[in-house]
Amino acid sequence: MDIKRLPQEFIINLYETMLKIRVFEEKVADLILKKEIICPCHLYIGQEAVATGVCAALRKDDYIFSTHRSHGHYLAKGGDMKKLMAELFCRETGTSKGRGGSMHIASIDMGIMGSSAIVGGSIPLAVGAALGFKIQKKDSVAVAFFGEGAVCEGVFYESLNFAALKKLPVIFVCEKNHYSTHMPISKILADPSIYKKALSFAMDGALVDGNDVLKVYEKTKIAVDSARSGEGPYLLECLTYRWRGHVGPNYDLDKGLRSSEELEYWMKKCPIKSLEKIMVMNSILSEKEMEFIKLKVENEVEEAIKFAKESPKPPQTEDELMLYVFK
Amino acid sequence: MREVTYSYAINETLHQLMQKDERVVLIGQGVTSPWYVGTTTVGLISRFGEERVIDPPVSENCTTGVAIGLAFTGMRPIYVFPRMDFMYYAMDQIANHAANWYFMFGGQLNVPMTIWAIINRGGEQAAQHSQAIHAIFAHIPGLKVVAPSNGYDAKGLLVSCVNDGNPVIFVDDRWLYNLKCNVPEELYSIPIGKGIFRKRGDDVTIIASSYMVHEAILAAEECEERGINVDVIDLRSIKPIDFDLISQSVKRTKRIVIVDGGWKTCGLSAEIAAKIAESELIKNLKAPLIRVTLPDVPAPASSSLEQIYYPRKEKIVSTVQKIMEV
Ligand SMILES: Cc1ncc(C[n+]2csc(CCOP(=O)(O)OP(=O)(O)O)c2C)c(N)n1
Repeated sequence: MDIKRLPQEFIINLYETMLKIRVFEEKVADLILKKEIICPCHLYIGQEAVATGVCAALRKDDYIFSTHRSHGHYLAKGGDMKKLMAELFCRETGTSKGRGGSMHIASIDMGIMGSSAIVGGSIPLAVGAALGFKIQKKDSVAVAFFGEGAVCEGVFYESLNFAALKKLPVIFVCEKNHYSTHMPISKILADPSIYKKALSFAMDGALVDGNDVLKVYEKTKIAVDSARSGEGPYLLECLTYRWRGHVGPNYDLDKGLRSSEELEYWMKKCPIKSLEKIMVMNSILSEKEMEFIKLKVENEVEEAIKFAKESPKPPQTEDELMLYVFK
Repeated sequence: MREVTYSYAINETLHQLMQKDERVVLIGQGVTSPWYVGTTTVGLISRFGEERVIDPPVSENCTTGVAIGLAFTGMRPIYVFPRMDFMYYAMDQIANHAANWYFMFGGQLNVPMTIWAIINRGGEQAAQHSQAIHAIFAHIPGLKVVAPSNGYDAKGLLVSCVNDGNPVIFVDDRWLYNLKCNVPEELYSIPIGKGIFRKRGDDVTIIASSYMVHEAILAAEECEERGINVDVIDLRSIKPIDFDLISQSVKRTKRIVIVDGGWKTCGLSAEIAAKIAESELIKNLKAPLIRVTLPDVPAPASSSLEQIYYPRKEKIVSTVQKIMEV
């Protein structure tokens, strides 16, 4: 994509968002190792360009639906970092008042409509939101994030069909990070190409380098513009890689699930480093300015940790009161 | 006799069943994974190969149906869910298909299938990774449900499940995995539908199953120190349930505490209470029965909330004391 067409400010924001996710997640990894965070966390390190590029093409009133690997989506869509950290610490001040933990975060004001830890579970919710937008004649779009594991669930195909049938403004974003828990793609999909599945439902789809934030943004923008203008759904396959193991801070190398060569190959394709190169080449940011942003982000994460640690745990009282809305 | 862990007992049983009976096939998420189902499936893939040890994509609805289809060809599938929470996707195949097939076609085709359903809760895993929904399956005609509380029973019941001609839900609680007990090496079976006394006493009957049996035994020991003697019934089977055993005990004690690791409303404890209310037993009770269950709330993440969410020994002891005061 022609980078000159984008405002510098916009690109710097993309950079800062990816960095925020990276630094946040690495801190979380440390905190898990220190046993300060207990709830199971599925880290997003390595995939930052997907959430960042997709959400950069969205408005505040667009909705996103997330999965067990939720932190990156939340931060990229503008969720409050302090509340996220507090949720990982399961505190009363967290996004879900400590009831949800890492896998269940939401911020309705920001259009972050929740995350399901049931593989594929939130895909039809995005379709439903898109139907709601259509009925109410709003020009918002809904995004469903999911991994290639979810492509194995029937509900994925049912959702594609229904969305295409009703021409709904929903973008299906598959983050193909190469693993579904302990299983590589070759063990779960007969045909590993995901965007082509759109063809069977007479809808548009595209494959994109999920480690290139500018390309992810560009493709999402096309999808979103088309969905907003009533052209129906879009399936985006983002090729990427998760650096850490399926869950927690480790790398799953010790367990013999993947090779260190493979991991190193993908770490060389780091989405953040790639953007740094582009920015330097195009004189958007100097090394020094990038250092400055890093410090700022690190500070923000430290603040969030402090906030979380100082926050109260949920009171041990009757939780039944939380069960139904009283109106 | 040897002492082995509960999870070892399961692993050994699977090895032996698959060795002995070529019709046995293991299918389900994580059966080749180093962590997914604890160590219960270690060594199976290398010994029996990918045809009989199938780690499918995340496609629970489809692959549960596949297992039913396998059973129609004379195979004996064991389908494992690493968490009960994931069974909802497969609910249609379990409830509409596996459970109904034999009856619906006038007894022509039965479904000899074991559905190994793992409860994996605690550790701030929250509402979609914590559920104990055995009662939902017990509600469905055509299914049987067993829930062992120790490695000895796990082995014997798993053997019975695989040999049964019907779909049986084998409820398996990961909180049991590291507990040790005596388990014979050779295969044996424990009849489905028979409970057992874990402790004897004349004052109160505690009815429990699965992991909650341990909390009940601990509670009973503490009650004994306080001069209250408790019968602890380990149901072992949830459906069919051993009501004879319950009657035997309650006729003596006339006081009942029902302990269940599931929710209260329409749960296992509700069914037991209803059965007691329908029987002669109710006429002679010295006190209304009391249930110790989860509150009717989804599992919270926060460990401070988990502490009050999951009933433990203390709650059972105080309940027993309360019922003795009536
Ligand atoms: C219905 C269901 N089955 C199984 C699981 C266990 N599980 C959690 S994440 C996961 C793999 C998901 O892979 P993918 O969709 O590619 O997402 P990723 O973890 O790679 O981000 C599985 C099988 C689950 N959470 N829900």
